[in-house]
Amino acid sequence: MQTESGTRPVLEVADLTLSFGGLHALSKVSFAVQEGTIAAVIGPNGAGKTSLFNCISGFYRPQHGAIWCEARDISRLHPPERAKLGLARTFQNIALFRGMTVLDNIKLGCHVHMRTGLLDGLLYWGRAEREEIELRTEIVERIVDFLEINHIRNQPVASLAYGLRKRVELARALAMKPKVLMLDEPVAGMNREETEDMARFILDVKEEWGITILMVEHDMGLVMDISDHVTVLNFGQVIASGKPADVTANPDVIRAYLGAGNVSQLRARIAGRAA
Amino acid sequence: MGFDWLFFAEVTLAGLGSGALLALTALAYVLIYKATKVVNLAIGEMLMMGAYLFFGLAAGYSLPIWVSILLALIGGGILGAVIERAVIRRMLGESAISIFMVTIGLGSIMVGIVEIIWTPNPARLPDFMGTAPLFIGDAYVSRKIAISFAVASLLIVGFVLAFRYWRGGIALRATATDQGAAFSCGINVPAVFSISWILASVAAAGAGILIGSVGGISPTMGVFGLSALVVVIVGGLDSIIGALIGGLIVGLLEAYAGTYIGGEYKLVTTFVLLLLILMLRPYGLLGTGEIERL
Repeated sequence: MQTESGTRPVLEVADLTLSFGGLHALSKVSFAVQEGTIAAVIGPNGAGKTSLFNCISGFYRPQHGAIWCEARDISRLHPPERAKLGLARTFQNIALFRGMTVLDNIKLGCHVHMRTGLLDGLLYWGRAEREEIELRTEIVERIVDFLEINHIRNQPVASLAYGLRKRVELARALAMKPKVLMLDEPVAGMNREETEDMARFILDVKEEWGITILMVEHDMGLVMDISDHVTVLNFGQVIASGKPADVTANPDVIRAYLGAGNVSQLRARIAGRAA
Repeated sequence: MGFDWLFFAEVTLAGLGSGALLALTALAYVLIYKATKVVNLAIGEMLMMGAYLFFGLAAGYSLPIWVSILLALIGGGILGAVIERAVIRRMLGESAISIFMVTIGLGSIMVGIVEIIWTPNPARLPDFMGTAPLFIGDAYVSRKIAISFAVASLLIVGFVLAFRYWRGGIALRATATDQGAAFSCGINVPAVFSISWILASVAAAGAGILIGSVGGISPTMGVFGLSALVVVIVGGLDSIIGALIGGLIVGLLEAYAGTYIGGEYKLVTTFVLLLLILMLRPYGLLGTGEIERL
């Protein structure tokens, strides 16, 4: 898939088909994410957004299709290998390591880039230890400052408010130094202020850290505000994609979201029943 | 004459000795449960296999004691790795009860194998600890129990330190709390499964050699695993510290009950404790509140 500018997208999904028994969660889904952009995937509940995420991060094996990361076919790789290549993600229902502190959670994100393996860690204490210390100072401090979570760094994550936990999860994903950061509903369940904070962080991740972002989100305001490209899924199929403004004007999208005809038809129906 | 404090101290020491062995075996349950969420009822039999491996190498092939111990531990580890890779890995995702039943079956198979190779008769392990009594102050302790206590404690401390500071231990903790998140953080979750089964099997084999040296071996010695299961339920299926505290509590309780109430009340007391704990704290003293109900 070549783009107008001639550069290959950082993440490409081609013809992805995933079914569970007779249920087609995804059918022939294709899209590309350009480097340095924020791409959003939207769609009604059950449209296959999270299934798509799980395919990209390797939790599900699609029956057909391929996924490329930086022109490398990663379709057959296991999740940890994909993580090493630069795919980091957050989860819809926050998946933090309960019982560990904020800092420990973030440090586990660095796990991906430890040069020593599991057994080496046992054999070469010195090297592993030096690495730990370097990590702590270098990446973690930068992330903690950036996401403004310095005041809670030593608290157990279980004691944190929802919005802060989301932020810690983002911090852990950043600690993986990803090429593509995948956010599964980053502002779900957040109040207005928390949503604005998160939007600012996401934009800064793109602009200051140069990380490409792929997100699934229901908050249309956020999607329209910050994303460069939107893909709309319905019943596992791509029904529209393009710039945010183009997508919202698309009648198929309106139908998918409202379930019947278009907005005026829907209004007419409601009015008719009321009369 | 008042209360015999010296005798009490001796009973306490004996109780701590068996408590340490219980704790070590309980640790094997906890390691496996934490990583794979499997309650492995074959732990008792894996412990027995460890003891028989040692017996076969040291008595059958007349290998030096230390070589036999080392080989028996390695053999135990291989056994654990094979069971995990060949059987349990395929079962992941099935209901907890199914996997639980499979481990019971595996236990029976191991008993059968041991009976075929070594006959069902009890045997004595070659003595490598000596028999000269030890005295702590005035209190007498059986040398074997003292050595078992020391070795089990060292192993436990080793495991706890590894769990805290070794990266593999941290990976195990991460996997235990959230598999999906661990996977996406680049932790090789299947490798964590294997490592936890291997470590648990080595711990069980070590406990088997110690228990066998104290009380002799037989294909039914795996029953010790059930006492350790009580420990695990008392302490919490997913708590390492719980396994340690639970082990000492059950060890002491059994020693006191066996001495002061009568040997036949030993198990009754243990199970009364189990009943009380299950009524008051169904997930154990230190366990987290979301364990499987079996």
